[in-house]
Amino acid sequence: MTSVLDRRLGVAPQVSVRPERFGALLYHFGTRRLSFLKDPRLLEVLERLDGSATARAACDGAGVAEAALPAFERALARLVETDMLQERRP
Amino acid sequence: MSVATPLVEHFAAGLEAPICLTWELTYACNLDCRHCLSSSGRRDPRELDTDEAKELINEFERMQVFYVNIGGGEPTIRSDFWEIVDYAVAHHVGVKFSTNGSRITAEAAERIAGSDYLDVQISLDGATPEVNDAVRGEGTFATAIGAMEHMAAAGVRGFKLSVVCTRHNLPQIDDLKALADRYGAQLRLTRLRPSGRGAAVWGELHPTAGQQQMLYTWLLAHGEEVLTGDSFFHLAGYGEPLPGLNLCGAGRVVCLIDPVGDVYACPFAIHEEFLAGNVRDPGGFGRLWREADLFRSLREPTDAGACGACSAYDGCRGGCMAAKFFTGLPLAGPDPECVKGHGATALAAVEAGSVPRPTADHSRVRLLPRRPARACDESPLAPSDFATTVST
Repeated sequence: MTSVLDRRLGVAPQVSVRPERFGALLYHFGTRRLSFLKDPRLLEVLERLDGSATARAACDGAGVAEAALPAFERALARLVETDMLQERRP
Repeated sequence: MSVATPLVEHFAAGLEAPICLTWELTYACNLDCRHCLSSSGRRDPRELDTDEAKELINEFERMQVFYVNIGGGEPTIRSDFWEIVDYAVAHHVGVKFSTNGSRITAEAAERIAGSDYLDVQISLDGATPEVNDAVRGEGTFATAIGAMEHMAAAGVRGFKLSVVCTRHNLPQIDDLKALADRYGAQLRLTRLRPSGRGAAVWGELHPTAGQQQMLYTWLLAHGEEVLTGDSFFHLAGYGEPLPGLNLCGAGRVVCLIDPVGDVYACPFAIHEEFLAGNVRDPGGFGRLWREADLFRSLREPTDAGACGACSAYDGCRGGCMAAKFFTGLPLAGPDPECVKGHGATALAAVEAGSVPRPTADHSRVRLLPRRPARACDESPLAPSDFATTVST
């Protein structure tokens, strides 16, 4: 299975993102669920998704170190699972 | 990613904007529920007008308040209700509104069905007319069921059936769940607080200790399929936390804006002790949320007081501030419904007459013992609306 890092992702249109001191809060108006980003770098990754060919490129752009990538991969996969992120069409 | 501080500690320190903001649009209500948390009935002449309501929505949009819980009174009574709702949705502020269902017509249900940004909570406090109507008034069971029928017919799924748990409806808990399921609704259970008119009936209606334990087990078994609005975090004292944030969110993630624009720490704390200011003050709601002295102090670590030595404190965190306040208990100490029974002991020591009264009461006044059948039966000069109770 392709890693979420190699996918072309974007924040779903029904999702609103609010920066917070600890990272950010995400709210999905369709599922009415909240998600918490517990790291400001993850917010930066999300903000870079639209301008990046892959999630991995967005992580690179946000300065995520190689050693930290697996944790970001898990966090992004969870956000895809909960429909906060979705495939972006080219 | 390393997380040095648990998320719940961040919440306790306050957020850039509330997660759960209750906005009561009017004190007017066509019902007279015995446990009304806001003592609603009559409109207050100082209520925010349409332009002020829209200005407040603009502020919510700037603060990125994701959604507001609109209530009242009965919010749909306002003639500009849908105008306010449409304005909020157009400004990316989702709306979840609470209603007794009396104005959820087939047309209203269609309108709700058409928007992802609109969610509805229909209030019902019993699975039978006998139990519900005793608290909410005659005919209110049928009204709420009628509203749910309209919602289901319009194809709305997942709207909320909102129940305040009492001694009389907790034995019906499975029937209430079945009722929600029948209409494609989601059951939402909340805690009865001794707030507003609820203060007068709390002693008679609050669940027994045995019922609380049953409710805890029931909620654990049903997990996230039943909503509680984090209402029952005091039950975490039994052992495991319930789904949700499990903290008192007052002034941290929650607050109330009342119909006249007064901002309180939570919807159950309409008392000057918990008043942060008014949205009409300079700087508006945003400044109050960020800077009000009351909110700042609520974001400080709480004093466990008499609960500090208790093994359950990490779970229940001392329980509900409003429940303590309106039963005359100190805030640093046990909840009146403490699962260890410390609340009952503390309540027995409260001096009669020392319990704080709510500072605002918009209940309908009952001055006339009996109204003449027609105004003219009493005086041919009486205006036609003589003795009409002012309700809006």
